[in-house]
Amino acid sequence: MLLEIHEPGETPLPHTGDDPGLAVGIDLGTTNSLVAISRDGRPEVLRDGRGRGLVPSVVAYLPGEAPIVGEVALRVMSDEPGHVIASVKRLMGRGVADVKTLGGLTADRLVGEAGAGMARIALGEQLLSPVEVSAEILRALKGRAELALGAGVTQAVITVPAYFDDAARSATRDAARLAGLEVLRLVNEPTAAALAYGLDQGAEGLYAIYDLGGGTFDISLLKLEKGVFQVLATGGDAALGGDDMDHVLAEAMLAERGGAIAQDEIKAALAAARRAKEALTEQPAVDVTLDLGGTISVHRVTAEYFDALAAPLVARTITACQAVLSDADCPPTDLAGVVLVGGSTRVPLVRRAVERFFGRAPLADIDPDEVVALGAALQAEALTRGSDTLLLDVVPLSLGLETMGGLVEKVIPRNTPIPVSRAQDFTTYKDGQTAMAIHVLQGERELVEQNRSLARFVLSDIPPLTAGAARIRVAFAVDADGLLTVSAREATTGHEAHVDVKPSYGLSEDDLTAMLDAAFRNARTDNLARLLAEARIDGRRLAEAISAAVAVDGDLLTEADRAALDAAGRRLDAALDGDDRDTIRDATEALEAASRPFAEARMDRNIREALAGQSVSRLASRL
Amino acid sequence: MTAITPVEAAAGTPTMCRDCGATLAEPALCGACGALQPLPSLDHFARLGLAAAYGIDPATLERAYFAQQRRFHPDRFAARGSRQKALALAHATAINAAYETLGEPLARARYLLERAGQPLPGDDGRTVGDPALLMEAMAWREALAEAATAADMAALAERLAAALDDVRDRLSRAFDGGDLAAATRETLRLAYLDKLGAELKRKRGGAS
Ligand SMILES: [Zn+2]
Repeated sequence: MLLEIHEPGETPLPHTGDDPGLAVGIDLGTTNSLVAISRDGRPEVLRDGRGRGLVPSVVAYLPGEAPIVGEVALRVMSDEPGHVIASVKRLMGRGVADVKTLGGLTADRLVGEAGAGMARIALGEQLLSPVEVSAEILRALKGRAELALGAGVTQAVITVPAYFDDAARSATRDAARLAGLEVLRLVNEPTAAALAYGLDQGAEGLYAIYDLGGGTFDISLLKLEKGVFQVLATGGDAALGGDDMDHVLAEAMLAERGGAIAQDEIKAALAAARRAKEALTEQPAVDVTLDLGGTISVHRVTAEYFDALAAPLVARTITACQAVLSDADCPPTDLAGVVLVGGSTRVPLVRRAVERFFGRAPLADIDPDEVVALGAALQAEALTRGSDTLLLDVVPLSLGLETMGGLVEKVIPRNTPIPVSRAQDFTTYKDGQTAMAIHVLQGERELVEQNRSLARFVLSDIPPLTAGAARIRVAFAVDADGLLTVSAREATTGHEAHVDVKPSYGLSEDDLTAMLDAAFRNARTDNLARLLAEARIDGRRLAEAISAAVAVDGDLLTEADRAALDAAGRRLDAALDGDDRDTIRDATEALEAASRPFAEARMDRNIREALAGQSVSRLASRL
Repeated sequence: MTAITPVEAAAGTPTMCRDCGATLAEPALCGACGALQPLPSLDHFARLGLAAAYGIDPATLERAYFAQQRRFHPDRFAARGSRQKALALAHATAINAAYETLGEPLARARYLLERAGQPLPGDDGRTVGDPALLMEAMAWREALAEAATAADMAALAERLAAALDDVRDRLSRAFDGGDLAAATRETLRLAYLDKLGAELKRKRGGAS
């Protein structure tokens, strides 16, 4: 036995025989994901060779290729949307009926009947579960971390929105298992953000964490005292985010243009709207060029115009803030601070609205895209190396049971601190009854159909007694990750009743085992194969785009430019025949550089033509 | 519903660490090797290291709660293997149950009555048989029904807050003096005033 000396209150270091591998923090986001690591209390985002930390939460499944995640998959999306899945986080633990109401998503490809479990995504021949798609993103993040750190990564703290229900949390945990990661803890995103701001270092009082991401809005009230983080209340809107701002702006510009719009053109307009929104965080106005279906239009978007479009969306976030503060009986003036999280909080209108409502300037000096991953990394270090910080969470949505008449009886009300365990007694209503059906729900409403169905149980093996004599105690236990387990016992005889759990939106244990087997068998999970596939696709796409552009606008090329472009193109072709990822990457970058003068010349021509009011029919080929 | 925690104090508390055999200074945690022990049977007050009394200062309760979670939360045992983590889950669950019960004035009063072997009428199927109390409750209900304007409701809220303070003072005295009859009466009073407060909040549009 080792003798250890530690400061009072400090956690003793764990006794570990083997090195458990490195533990990272992962922000598994709707739009982007990140992986970070902390060493000696200093967290950093792990980046790719080009210094990019954000990994777009996009997965491309091209026939015959390993699944591709991130930047490259995002680029494939514009050409082959049918093979690409984005925003999969919105599907986690959700059924088809839930998602139809979320809007804006690839709802046309979702498969599954109402009440028949988690939605699946149809992709060619394949039928993918959101858990499998999320696992691909996690695998890519794990791979990125292993490449950056030069060591195996086996454990992770993964962040989830505070209001994620049990089904979504379970789905996230299952995805990590598929990706070969042990989840040290599911941490709520707002708590992670507060950790990144070092609010555990002496900050005291109530803090609001305002998190506006690409597809979700989350507002949480945290109480801080001497390193203890207590989530007091949480709320938000699972279908409200910066993407909605892109939508309203894109719709406004398309309305200005008029005419019929094809599906892939909407995507291009959305991308242009997003770029305009980003540019407007730094300048008062921006000109947006839409080159769609051979027609070019230019739209002047001023900050005032954009603010007017986005104002109703921002107002919805403030209403949610009000509801959470009222829930906690806390006026905005009682707060010690406000923290901004999520890329969409860069929008000046959002900052102004938050500042006005809370009556103080928000904390915003950490990159709002990275703050959650940095906090997760700090917590991963704390859990594996010991720390004095403590995260106390609550049940985000009430847990209840179906009772007579389709009503819900709450068993664990929302905002109850976790871990928690509660029991409810039931009795039989017929003589000799040996089985009983129980329906577990999550939500705040009164009627069963207004809440999320989590699971149905059948209690069997109940000893046959006279009606009302059996006392069946059903125990609900929510662990520190917010995950629910249910057990049941007949109290008078002590007989353990058998609980047959059928998760309404989760994966069954059998499904998960089959997926784990498949992942294990499949050599395509090999990290290097994935990176090579990415590089190849990237290179091929660039080469194709350039030759298409040359076919249309080749007259813009000088003799020297054309020679340079051809040479770079031949070099890339040769590299693509080989298997060396770095050679392909280098050749791709060289071609990109050689094509830059040409790209600029084309852009000039496009804008001149558009401003001259001409509609120029051309091949849909853009760099 | 029932919070799952042992109520009675344990008869024979273990004295030896299950992991290293060292003598335990406290039943829950080994001072020598840091290993968690199986959850000892403690009442809610003992679980948080507090004296059993109705009058608890919220700040004191919170400090005691944080101090216990700091030591027993599963995150503290994340690297110690699944058995220790499972034990920590049981400890942290029991600490939360104690904090929730003792932190809420009505739940605390009910718990003290139950602990004294005098569960609250209504909780055990007996009906409330105190006509004076019923009359008083009806008077409050009428006041709530008649409060029409925002000013009426603000005035009622103020009266209610004063009445609640009063009841809590009387509960402290009743429990301290061992007067369980008075404690039962005041707990019933607190129960209907609490309910009235929730309805008033809904009526004022303060509830979500
Ligand atoms: Zn020991």
